[in-house]
Amino acid sequence: MTVKDLDRARSDRNGAIEAFARRHRFRPLEAVPWVAALAAAFVFPGYLPLGAQILATILFVMSADLVVGYAGIVTLGHAAFFGTGAYTAGILAAHGWGEPLSGLVAAAAVSALIGFLSGLVILRTTGLALLMQTLVVAAMLLETANKASSITGGDDGLQGVDVWPIFGVFHFDMFGRVAYGYCLGVLLVGWLVTRQIVHSPFGRSLTGMRENVRRMHAIGAPVFRRRLVVYTISAALAGVSGGLIAQTTQFVGLTSLSLERSGNALIMLTIGGVGRLYGAFIGVPLYMIAQDQFAEIEPVYWYFWIGLLMVAVVMFARGGIIGLVERFRR
Amino acid sequence: MHAVTEAAISIGFHGLAFAMVLYLISVGLSVTMGLMGLVNLAHAVFAMLGGYVLTALMNRWGVPYAVSLAGAAAAAALASVPLERLLYRRLYGGEELDQVLLTMGIIFMSVAGVTYVWGPLNQPVYLPHWLDGQIDFGFRHFPTYRSFLILCGAVLVTLLWLALERTRFGAQIRAAVDNLRMAQSIGINTSRLFTLTFALGSGLAGLGGALGADFLPISPSYALSNLVYFIIVVAVGGLGSIRGPFVAALLIGIADTGFKYLLPELGAFFIYALTMALLLWRPHGLFGRA
Repeated sequence: MTVKDLDRARSDRNGAIEAFARRHRFRPLEAVPWVAALAAAFVFPGYLPLGAQILATILFVMSADLVVGYAGIVTLGHAAFFGTGAYTAGILAAHGWGEPLSGLVAAAAVSALIGFLSGLVILRTTGLALLMQTLVVAAMLLETANKASSITGGDDGLQGVDVWPIFGVFHFDMFGRVAYGYCLGVLLVGWLVTRQIVHSPFGRSLTGMRENVRRMHAIGAPVFRRRLVVYTISAALAGVSGGLIAQTTQFVGLTSLSLERSGNALIMLTIGGVGRLYGAFIGVPLYMIAQDQFAEIEPVYWYFWIGLLMVAVVMFARGGIIGLVERFRR
Repeated sequence: MHAVTEAAISIGFHGLAFAMVLYLISVGLSVTMGLMGLVNLAHAVFAMLGGYVLTALMNRWGVPYAVSLAGAAAAAALASVPLERLLYRRLYGGEELDQVLLTMGIIFMSVAGVTYVWGPLNQPVYLPHWLDGQIDFGFRHFPTYRSFLILCGAVLVTLLWLALERTRFGAQIRAAVDNLRMAQSIGINTSRLFTLTFALGSGLAGLGGALGADFLPISPSYALSNLVYFIIVVAVGGLGSIRGPFVAALLIGIADTGFKYLLPELGAFFIYALTMALLLWRPHGLFGRA
């Protein structure tokens, strides 16, 4: 080993330490989504209701990224938690408790409970068996909501959701300004929480379990417990997202628990980029704006192109848009 | 007491017919999952295709029922070969997320495809006259169509098991499921084996979809709305097993029929609860290997 090699090794090591230390610092690039969201509100005031839905869906897809991308728990039942949150907030508001923030807290709590209980069962397996069980949990909740139509409205959806003003001051207006600001604020909090989690030692250990679960067992990490914790947190975030949609659209339908919604979340996440924290911020707006533009013409054929896009992404562009950018910059 | 026995016989009979269809559709899914390590969510697409081919052959060209059934199986098997060669094969044993996305993509495309060709409505199934009405078994009358389903199922299951136990092809599949690398090292052409197995599973699914078209209605949402049933059968039976899904299909078919008959207001809820309870007890299914 020459002196030059030693120097390089030392500078590599310092570089790695630098890179790890930098993780926690906010980079200027991370402000882009928020500036863009604010700018979009002023440039396209007519699209604020769609914008609010996009913001709430970003939270949902980001919560899916936490389990799928970071913890490596591939789930086809994430809509279970979204729908649980939506029905919780919706039923509260329809039965005389329309206070929005406590509604979101309740949505998070109930979804977290469902996430915890189902996690106790399904996280004992991995891979394909786990995947199938997530599907069954979501189907079970969907059937429950379908059959408990006296509470949920069943097939017709939950009607009469009456949400009070935020802090008793900001009334939800018909142009969707308050709804947009509300969703933006909640998403900001959700993002800060998620960011904190993925960069924490706990978050790093999740990535460790995804990459090499045997080694994590060997160094004594409580694998099952950590997977259960992240599954519960993610369920709570998904529940908040569902609560947001219920409160801002004043409607909850059975599709909020459907397999399509779980699948769409994975699709939007993949378009953006899985396990990169910002995949949702790219994939969701792209998908939902395109859907808004094209799906109105022929909703069925929209699915054809989305299906084709999925096949293409899996075959040629794993890592989504962020992955392509990373490859390009290297 | 008489009424209870009547109800039990009726549930058992209808459940058995449903179980046969469930098994025919699900066995291919179980084998692809166990043998190739691939979660093929689009498996139900082949069953749907079988149903569409059957109704198209019968309603549009007046082809006899039995020939249409064979046509449905053949169409599903043929359609699966290019898909397997071009797409699935690259994901065998790969990441689950990729498999989920690819097969979801195929489901979405198939939904749009059949809507384009056949429209959004349910396809009517006109069963031939010899399947109408009841058939007399001496002690009781049973619906002819469901008796026919049970007979078909029993014959096919026997043939399938004989083929797996007694033929060279079956031995190769069993060898590959048990130990893929060893099977390759002793010179089994696993690439060709995978394609054939996949086509066989898809063909059976197509046949199952065609046979069950009367109570699993043929519509564009078929692949999405029935997927959970097929997945449950595989999850309860255990991945990669041939017999496991049969036991699971019997259990699910009869239990589901019973619950829906006795407690219609709860729908399919019980079957999901039962599935979760079984998986809590045996996380890898009744016949699965951890």
